Amino acid sequence: MITQASVISARFGKPDSCSLAGYRADGGYAVFLDALKTKQPADLVATVKESGLRGRGGAGFSTGMKWSFVPKGTQKPIYLCVNGDESEPGTFKDRQILELDPHQLLEGVALTCYAIGSHVCYVYLRCEFAEGIRKVQAAIDEAYAAGLFGKDIDGSGFDLEVYIATGAGAYICGEETSLLNSIEGVRPYPRNKPPFPAVEGLFGCPTIINNVETIANIPHIVKNGAAWHAALGSKDDPGTRLWCVSGHVNKPGVFEIETGFSLQELIDGPCGGIRNGGLLKAVIPGGSSSRVLTVDEVARAKMDATSMREIGSSLGSAGIIVLDETTDMVDAVLNLMKFYAHESCGQCTPCREGTPWVVKVLERLMSGEGRASDMDLLLDIADNMEGRTVCALADGACWPLISIIEKFRHEFEAKLRAPATPVSA
Amino acid sequence: MFSQEVQAELGALLGHYPKPIAAMVPVLQVVQREQGWLSPESQAWVAEFLSVTPLDVSEVVTFYPMLYDQPHGRHVIHVCRTLSCDMCGAKELWKHLTTTLGVERNATTNDGKFTLRSAECLASCGTAPVLLLDGERHENLTHDQVDRLLEAAS
Repeated sequence: MITQASVISARFGKPDSCSLAGYRADGGYAVFLDALKTKQPADLVATVKESGLRGRGGAGFSTGMKWSFVPKGTQKPIYLCVNGDESEPGTFKDRQILELDPHQLLEGVALTCYAIGSHVCYVYLRCEFAEGIRKVQAAIDEAYAAGLFGKDIDGSGFDLEVYIATGAGAYICGEETSLLNSIEGVRPYPRNKPPFPAVEGLFGCPTIINNVETIANIPHIVKNGAAWHAALGSKDDPGTRLWCVSGHVNKPGVFEIETGFSLQELIDGPCGGIRNGGLLKAVIPGGSSSRVLTVDEVARAKMDATSMREIGSSLGSAGIIVLDETTDMVDAVLNLMKFYAHESCGQCTPCREGTPWVVKVLERLMSGEGRASDMDLLLDIADNMEGRTVCALADGACWPLISIIEKFRHEFEAKLRAPATPVSA
Repeated sequence: MFSQEVQAELGALLGHYPKPIAAMVPVLQVVQREQGWLSPESQAWVAEFLSVTPLDVSEVVTFYPMLYDQPHGRHVIHVCRTLSCDMCGAKELWKHLTTTLGVERNATTNDGKFTLRSAECLASCGTAPVLLLDGERHENLTHDQVDRLLEAAS
């Protein structure tokens, strides 16, 4: 049985979920104002470290650990950038926070800035989130008007400026160093690391980049304590997450659940099973860049970082795409590879040349003109992309490609004997 | 080139950053909102406004799909083509839109009213199929709803 949780999503259904008055009526900003008076920044970093919170953007790195990488005693400004570029296919959770409870995010921003010693935060939102941008801007304006942002907040001497920065339709800007270049107003190619952003990030200054959902967790962790969070869900990957389910299920949507549950039970329970009473074929469990799971693997899958690693995939951004028995896996992977070919920024040759080449070969298979060597050719191209580029976009293209060829090779072989089949959008 | 109100909006954006070039994307978005697209003249104006070279502006404009270096129709439709939408009605939606508007993907109708473009994942996968009309999201679309949206666009 899946039990749905109500931490991040607790206020989503409320009629007044976006206004400052509504947020404060539910105790909002009390945690931040209390922290300014009673807690040292180092206490907050320690609490978040002990809570076991991992980043919710995809890579799953320890949030408290990331915060602690800001050099002590730096003379430079320290920046917080909130990553709301949410563009990983299958992922639509951050948008819910932006549109349904923006002050929760902003209180997280305020606490995080206080913890890391930052006085300027850029909330980076993709421009396609028109409603989210309006809601967050309105919430920022309310927070300034109420003296929750700005100079000398509540007489504490702590200053904080919060701005929205917008993207313009490029997936790559969700990569943290590309995001920095996007904010700096230059062509947003990912940067080589090191130096890591915590040391040399935005405008050459120490910068922490955290996902929207990660930041939304902070007020709850500071309020309820590290032990409370560490006890939610799986021990080594604790907390709740907003799981996004799309594709061939009866009830798609966002479900908040503690980590460690059974993927099969999520599909059969809250998601209402496969549409039209059909059978499951495969699941992409963590956004389009994660390795696909077969029916058998889905039956065994527990949704936490360690369990997913053990069955060879990852939770990524918690974007779960369910594919039923009618799905043409060659067409599905072609659809995804068109995404990566379109979104490759062009900086690194293996990715810039490799992703469109993969699309061409898959289109050849779909057209009925495929060659028996094409599957091995695809794997060879992937081998020449994975791990050979500045950022992880090419890796993200390779993992679904390789895993779908390995687990559904018979569907590729069937294309060699089939006439042309219509391709995806 | 712009009203005082827009100039004030652009000036305020400069104040968000420690150096003018960082206001590049939001300034270009305001200019595009006002003029429909980013003509060479507009880009030159932005270069001067931000004290950068025209090449600095061009490098950014040509990178982002949502910054237009070509004229667009009065209304711009972005239809999500990525996997979850594709599996849940986007194929049919594409067919319906190209037939109804009489244009192929990434083209503008003869009367200049609509530009039909594809978009990559719009983060509305659970409510597929999805499109943006002039930047606003419409979800769970039936063909009837799409027809009404097109009619309502003046």
